[in-house]
Amino acid sequence: MDFNSAKELLELCQQEQCPISEVMRRRECALGETTRDVVDHRMARALEIMRASATQPIKSPGRSMGGLIGGEAKKLANHAAKGKAICGDVLLRAMTYSMAVLEVNASMGLIVAAPTAGSAGVVPGLLLALQECYQISDSRLIDALFNAGAVGYLAMRNATVAGAVGGCQAEMGVAAAMAASAAVELMGGEPEQCMDAASTVLMNMLGLVCDPVGGLVEYPCQNRNASGVANALIAAELSLSGITQLIPFDEMLATMYAVGRRIPLELRETALGGCAVAPSACQRCASCAT
Amino acid sequence: MSYISIFDVIGPNMVGPSSSHTAGASVIAFLAHKMITPPLVRVSFTLYGSFAKTYRGHGTDRALLGGIMGFGTDDLRIRDSFQIADDRGLAYQFLPCETETEVHPNTVDIRMENADGQVMVVRGESLGGGKVRITRINGVEVDFTGDYSTVIVIQQDKPGVVAHITKVLSDRGVNIAFMRLFRESKGLTAYTIVETDGHFPEGIAQPLRDNPNVHDVMILEP
Repeated sequence: MDFNSAKELLELCQQEQCPISEVMRRRECALGETTRDVVDHRMARALEIMRASATQPIKSPGRSMGGLIGGEAKKLANHAAKGKAICGDVLLRAMTYSMAVLEVNASMGLIVAAPTAGSAGVVPGLLLALQECYQISDSRLIDALFNAGAVGYLAMRNATVAGAVGGCQAEMGVAAAMAASAAVELMGGEPEQCMDAASTVLMNMLGLVCDPVGGLVEYPCQNRNASGVANALIAAELSLSGITQLIPFDEMLATMYAVGRRIPLELRETALGGCAVAPSACQRCASCAT
Repeated sequence: MSYISIFDVIGPNMVGPSSSHTAGASVIAFLAHKMITPPLVRVSFTLYGSFAKTYRGHGTDRALLGGIMGFGTDDLRIRDSFQIADDRGLAYQFLPCETETEVHPNTVDIRMENADGQVMVVRGESLGGGKVRITRINGVEVDFTGDYSTVIVIQQDKPGVVAHITKVLSDRGVNIAFMRLFRESKGLTAYTIVETDGHFPEGIAQPLRDNPNVHDVMILEP
């Protein structure tokens, strides 16, 4: 069992009468010549690392290698605890977790790239927030990760997830598309709705450049993980409400890739443009660890 | 592994901060350490392109040294690899080279020396997402990824060696996915690199070595 596009994936879901997560799981078993137990066990380990990296900095924040970030997740958690948050519960938790993962990443802690290290907070951030707010079991969260993996696989196969090739839209955009699709399946949406949500995210994050200050995976990467979960949540909500999209995921992915290749080199992870060359960023970098 | 696995997407499980500059670096060094008989006493890393510019902030140095000591991408000992190398008596140095620009932006040359004085130089490129490519062994241009089970035969460039290798493999039911021969120049040292889908059977290195023109055999399993 294999598929090369969202169109083929949806046909398989229809044919097999199963959700995207199940098609992706069967594909992995078939191509990897392995069993459900093995792949589920491996995904459970990924979830365990995700949870640890999303929660640990709230208790014990640390400084990043480059010194540009650290302590943001704890600030958000404290802000929520005071009852002063203006975002809803799901979004606030998701933002907090996603920024926490980036803190762990930037201080050489253990994370799961999803699909990259710089965007590793988005998928766990949103899924763990939904789990807490809606009392979802770990086994359903693992299903959601398979769903997210299907979207990421299509992006890797048919476009790119590298900031150096397609800008931040290819990293954070794809991460958020993965999270949106997974959230829709988790909340009872149909496969078509998952793909519509993924398409919406790519549309809303189209053109986002990759401009890391000092060339490091810290800033603005961490902020953009928080905006990634917000974008994912918006797209999932649109889709779950029954709003459909004019442009299907396959076309939106091709669009993202085409735009990515037209982003100038300076704005594709080279730290030669964007935020990376703002005067305050340059001033700070003169004194940072690199 | 010839397909994009879900664990290439939800993964690798890795020590941060960068899949290319940290995880990929450790994978290159891990592959390199499999190519020389332990124990290592000295290693130097020449860093090019973006590796040379940002290696400290990305922990590329710690990841390379960790990989050389056999640590996987998700091994937290990578953070303390300087201390661990010191404890093991492994001398190391990092040499950023910003003048050479005709290379892939994330390239490293790893020069390893073991207790017997054997020296091995391996060049690797980190391609993103933890994926890598080995492009040079002891100055000879090669090309493999380490995604497959790989055997590297170092041999004299003489007739019959490749036939010997394929016979040993086929006698043991190994199905070859890719096989390529790389050489310095005619009659000198050559490298045969065979990549296969499944794992190699136990003890395959010895029969491969049983040929007067085979100098050494290295097995890399993913």
